Amino acid sequence: MTPEELAEIAESERVAQSRFTQRVNVCVAAGCLSCQSQSVKDALDREANRRDIKDHCQIKGVGCMGLCAEGPLVSTSSGVLYRKVQAENGAAILDSLGGQPVSHLVCRTDTPFFQRQKKIVLENSGVIDPERIEDYIAGEGYSALIKTLTEMTPREVIDQVTKSGLRGRGGAGYPTGLKWSTVSKSVGTKKYVICNGDEGDPGAFMDRSVLESDPHRVLEGMLIAAYAVGASEGFAYVRAEYPLAVKRLRTAIRQAERVGLLGSDICGTRFSFRVDVRLGAGAFVCGEETALIASVEGKRGTPRPRPPYPAMEGLFGEPTLINNVETFASVAPIIRKGGEWYAQIGTEKSKGTKVFALAGRVQNTGLVEVPMGISLREMVFEIGGGVPEGRKFKAVQTGGPSGGCLPSDCLDMPVDYESLAQAGSIMGSGGMIVMDESSCMVDVAKYFMDFCMTESCGKCIPCRVGTYQMHRILTAIGNMSATQQDLKMLEELCDLLKHTSLCGLGQSAPNPVVSTLRSFAEEYRAHVEEHKCPAGVCNAQPGGETE
Amino acid sequence: MSSYVAKPSPPNQDKRWKLVDATIRRQGQQARGLIETLHTVQEAFGYLDQQALRYVAMSLRVPLSRAYGVATFYHFFTLKPAGQHTCVICMGTACYIKGAPQLLDAVQRDLGIAPGETTADKKVSLLTARCLGSCGLAPAVVYDQEVAGKVTRSDIREHVKKWAGHDA
Repeated sequence: MTPEELAEIAESERVAQSRFTQRVNVCVAAGCLSCQSQSVKDALDREANRRDIKDHCQIKGVGCMGLCAEGPLVSTSSGVLYRKVQAENGAAILDSLGGQPVSHLVCRTDTPFFQRQKKIVLENSGVIDPERIEDYIAGEGYSALIKTLTEMTPREVIDQVTKSGLRGRGGAGYPTGLKWSTVSKSVGTKKYVICNGDEGDPGAFMDRSVLESDPHRVLEGMLIAAYAVGASEGFAYVRAEYPLAVKRLRTAIRQAERVGLLGSDICGTRFSFRVDVRLGAGAFVCGEETALIASVEGKRGTPRPRPPYPAMEGLFGEPTLINNVETFASVAPIIRKGGEWYAQIGTEKSKGTKVFALAGRVQNTGLVEVPMGISLREMVFEIGGGVPEGRKFKAVQTGGPSGGCLPSDCLDMPVDYESLAQAGSIMGSGGMIVMDESSCMVDVAKYFMDFCMTESCGKCIPCRVGTYQMHRILTAIGNMSATQQDLKMLEELCDLLKHTSLCGLGQSAPNPVVSTLRSFAEEYRAHVEEHKCPAGVCNAQPGGETE
Repeated sequence: MSSYVAKPSPPNQDKRWKLVDATIRRQGQQARGLIETLHTVQEAFGYLDQQALRYVAMSLRVPLSRAYGVATFYHFFTLKPAGQHTCVICMGTACYIKGAPQLLDAVQRDLGIAPGETTADKKVSLLTARCLGSCGLAPAVVYDQEVAGKVTRSDIREHVKKWAGHDA
């Protein structure tokens, strides 16, 4: 593959696409697929064949369009978005092309949900066919890779990434440029790049969506990173619970190998890189980098103390770069448009955009990409469309089991790494779960503690025993049998786990408890002193028939 | 220097061992391929039994204790055969907030089994998942590999009753 050949593929694909005057895109990402979007696409295909319009009307399966709650989603070349489309609507949609849209299916796109977004990572999602490399190449795909290989030195690549201010999107927010630079300076016989797609946070599905909608973007990011740090082999570690993402990523790797974008002597340079997929097997702790490395090595996913950091001694003892899916997906545009361009977006310390998965008690559930620094209020009430059924907003949970619950007085806070940390939560990978008054905060804290207790790998005692004890106390509070003594003990345990656990799982496990104790102390008090659950959740639970 | 140990032959004539052998070969018969190989076994046979664990451990030259350790550490691996049908209820945060515990409660009561168990007639297995990533459609349930979103209590009871009721 030479740069000229790539340009040729792009050109011939653009010509092929320009033959189509009409286009119907059907979302075939996991969300819409589970609302039978495949049958919608099949019906459209059949209908188009019957009408014999396939030479100028393209029916295309595309990635996620964001508004998962209203799926299956279909968009057309006339700029109309349809929601909740059924197979029998196929004919009507084809009829409407170039005429009046099918009014009862139209989904308005002039709402804040669509207007307030800024798509960089997701720019191809819902536009290109994730199973065709040509479609990706036609939209400037792999041009950033060609640019790095032919025009830039590894140092210059790292400089651009550093300038962009990009920070790790996996949760901790470590500056990406700094990480790359450390790995590039490390000495080893071989270096590795690992893509962390072990999206274990319940309530987060950004990585899944990116891998399902635009897998080549992630590969391109990994390739650029490998060139910058001098790595020759890579692993994409993806959860086995995401079969579609795994399948599309494997397809993408095969396609890239076929055209010579992966393999030996890429683009006639001496740069060689291979990628293999590794399946996660359902262990939350494997999101921690040293545990993930152990897992790629075929071992139990238990973390080890750092330093040495993976950048020095990682996979098989060699320098290893580990970044999250979304981080890699942000790289190509940064190289294409320059670090300064990216640095203009966002806040002073948190640059660029972030993809969030909005879920829970909110009108518009789905995937959104917004500039950093947007306020929580805008996220929940404008983009999210507020709490449905006229209920009252209570809290928004960010960061999964390592994060916290933010009450309504935090709503005007900007969403960036520092502000969230200050409020007692974390950015995390980007799950945002809205809760209304029907949720009991003690119950929520117990839920997360149950999660951490089950997911604790058992290596260090503070986490293994501490999460168990905290869960026991939270259960007692829920059963109305806890005392003031227990509450005090709970607070002490929070502190103990935070400061003495080996890895991030144990250190952050108390966060949901700390943040609810801080903002919803009244609810804890009601459980302990008045033996009452204000939300009516806890009393109802032990076996009571509800509804 | 490690002495050469011949790769053992599969426990029986079952053709599915060929898939397992292919994975073992692709991983260069090395210990690092343990998780990948166990994935292949589970995909081919549905679960990991002692015979399979012994075979994989010997082929990759890892102690059986390590193979067992890995198989029990990761939630995705199961050491018990599943029933004819499986019902996986997502217990992710979004599903939890939107009533997954009530769904679980209803099915548990209807079938008389706890999560992770299979009914005595081997017809239905009830499982829970950490998060399916279908949070936009919470609460989500997987009926025999097929994801269903916005499931209500009556939906799930009806679905499971159909399986438990007559021979499928």
